[in-house]
Amino acid sequence: MTEAALLSGAGCPSGLEPPGRSPTGDVSAFVQSRDGISMLLLSVRGAKCGGCLTKIESTLRALPGVEEARMNLSNGKLRVAWHGGDLANTIVDHLTKLGYGVSAFSEDETAKANKSEERQLLLAMGVAAFALANIMLLSVSVWGGHGEMGSQTRTALHAISGLIAFPVLVFSGRHFFQSAWSVLKHGRANMDVPISLALILAFGVSVWETASGGAHAYFDASVMLLFFLLIGRFLDARLRRQAHAAAHDLAALQDRSVSRRTASGVIEAVRADEILRGDEIVLAAGERAVIDLRISSGTSSVDESLVTGESLPRTVQAGETIYAGTINLDGPMTGEALGPASDSLLSDIASMLEAGEQKRARYRKIADKAVALYVPFVHTAAALTLITWLALGASPRDAILVAVATLIITCPCALALAAPVAQVVAAGRLFGMGVYLRSGDALERLAEIDHIVFDKTGTLTLGVPQLVSAHGDELNLAAQLARASRHPLSRAIVRAAGPGPLADAIVEHPGLGVEGRVNGQYARLGAAEWVGLTSPPQSNGPSLWFASAQGDPIEFQFEDQLQDDAMAALSRFQDQGVPVEILSGDTETAVANIAKRLSIPRWTSRVSPRGKVDHLTRLREQDKQVLMVGDGLNDAGALALAHASLAPGGAMDVSQSASDAVYSGGLSALPRILEVAKRARAIMLQNFGLAAVYNLIAVPIAVTGHVTPLIAAIAMSASSLIVTVNALRIKQGADI
Amino acid sequence: MSIIVYLIPVALGLGLLGLLAFLWSVNSGQYDDLDGAAHRILTDDDTPL
Repeated sequence: MTEAALLSGAGCPSGLEPPGRSPTGDVSAFVQSRDGISMLLLSVRGAKCGGCLTKIESTLRALPGVEEARMNLSNGKLRVAWHGGDLANTIVDHLTKLGYGVSAFSEDETAKANKSEERQLLLAMGVAAFALANIMLLSVSVWGGHGEMGSQTRTALHAISGLIAFPVLVFSGRHFFQSAWSVLKHGRANMDVPISLALILAFGVSVWETASGGAHAYFDASVMLLFFLLIGRFLDARLRRQAHAAAHDLAALQDRSVSRRTASGVIEAVRADEILRGDEIVLAAGERAVIDLRISSGTSSVDESLVTGESLPRTVQAGETIYAGTINLDGPMTGEALGPASDSLLSDIASMLEAGEQKRARYRKIADKAVALYVPFVHTAAALTLITWLALGASPRDAILVAVATLIITCPCALALAAPVAQVVAAGRLFGMGVYLRSGDALERLAEIDHIVFDKTGTLTLGVPQLVSAHGDELNLAAQLARASRHPLSRAIVRAAGPGPLADAIVEHPGLGVEGRVNGQYARLGAAEWVGLTSPPQSNGPSLWFASAQGDPIEFQFEDQLQDDAMAALSRFQDQGVPVEILSGDTETAVANIAKRLSIPRWTSRVSPRGKVDHLTRLREQDKQVLMVGDGLNDAGALALAHASLAPGGAMDVSQSASDAVYSGGLSALPRILEVAKRARAIMLQNFGLAAVYNLIAVPIAVTGHVTPLIAAIAMSASSLIVTVNALRIKQGADI
Repeated sequence: MSIIVYLIPVALGLGLLGLLAFLWSVNSGQYDDLDGAAHRILTDDDTPL
């Protein structure tokens, strides 16, 4: 391809990403207006290079009325501001034509809070770095002038260090002090308690030493401690924010705009979170319900595969209830909202989610276990040092100095960095593979997996039916009718037949089928009963019947299609000896067929959401660490209960938020996710091992009173550095 | 050695200047789009002579 062709082509001009597609929907509900200026935040997918940046910004700036268009390449957020008329959908159209996927984006409260926390930590870190550099400057002079420097000069330098350290400890250290205080009030302890204690003691002893003209002040050590700990804290906050933002972005991919009928009969596009109970909602054919509805008028067949796992459409009528996630297939329907979007969940699934999350909250992170072992050890060591030195006849001042030096040098610097650095590096690597981790400890749980449970529809299969029975001429005739319908089975016929003509006088009957004139003759495509069969033969899966004036009705049979890489991913698990099973809400024949094709011996069909949870509870009781992979609302409870869980990018947002990670790009990501998780866990354990070795060396030196501020500074920075460099090894290694 | 009476405040002042620059850069969002900034410098957005 020539350069010109590349530039004029759709999507990223550097070819780093294929052109994206946008979800259909009205984005005007997301426009914010103030003083005649309208502003829209969009999430753009597929923009990867500087060419994309120019392409997008210059196209939008050329639109009449647009005042500002600024794209953030790091997170794919685009901010457009304009004056005058409603440009929102024009902007989205232009971006879609350029070949980028666009969805409206609104920042939620958690994202704002996370962002401000991260910024606060960055500021605290910057202030600590400034103080560290300047105090080190003074400390080096003290160490270098050891034996030559007059005691007055030394005390003056210590005093200046103290004056720098105090405001910095208050400003940057408040994150630790506040957290330590809030748990101490409730009579508990966390890692911040020994940290705060070490910081305060190091500072207090140094003030005392300075006041009495002593040789050793630990101002540099206390600020260094603070700096390293803040690095760990910052990385942790950053990982959490990125994870949340990625999840939020994926949720934004799903159309969140709803057509509401106002009292005056006008249909307006509003955001799903503005819907209140009792609002009248119009659900067009092909649209996905984002809130629970009670149908008040209209008949249509609906695809409930995300809700129940059932891959066959069901016909619904006025008076019935459909849940969020249901796709309306053929006829428009009107319904009454049963609650705001946030409540849109089957209540028993909500309670299952809660129960699962409570069980999972009991999981103890490796870092917590390490701290639980470590804190009593360090504090006992410091206390014993104090008592022993006093017993051996040292002055209380010397004894306290040695004890505090022990506490400082063993402060969990490396320990505080050991897990976050490894998690950040692993999450970065997963992010590059299109996997969005929702929490740091998810990696630890994913690494422990020894049993995998899959949902079928939408996870192992595409959830899209494919025509399996071949009929040459009749297929082309049926396709003439099918081209007018959005029903998934009609779509499958059209895909099989390819492009062709359309029948005349087509009428679609929701829940029944399509009729019209094919080549001048009246014909019907639809359910067996509707085409005139009184006792249709039993069929194995979804089927459609085509009846015309010539001959008997003909059956078209369909089958759910496997994901392209399902076979490869599953054989990889079977090679590794990890047991795999299918747990599906679909019919027995459909599940058995898929299980046979993937040679999975264990499968269960027609499982209710409650049944999935019960099954996972049984596995848990057998001490199995289960990985659940699923996408539907019916899987949400099981996802929350499993030891670890994954959801594909197209999953319901409830399922995504119940899982530990969301993957895009097919099932082949799964073995790689587990590999990275195992590697990250191994590195974390190594890091804790290194921290332990460091303490084994440092503690004897400290308790025998050989630690000077110089040794403390070298030891602390060396251990932190080793742990960080070790964590970076996750990035290298064989391509997984 | 009395020179350090001047030198230390000067050193601290310079450090403080650096710190203020850092605080400004964080608060004005200089770190919000690290990838974009690297590419933006290459775009030719002015008209040819």
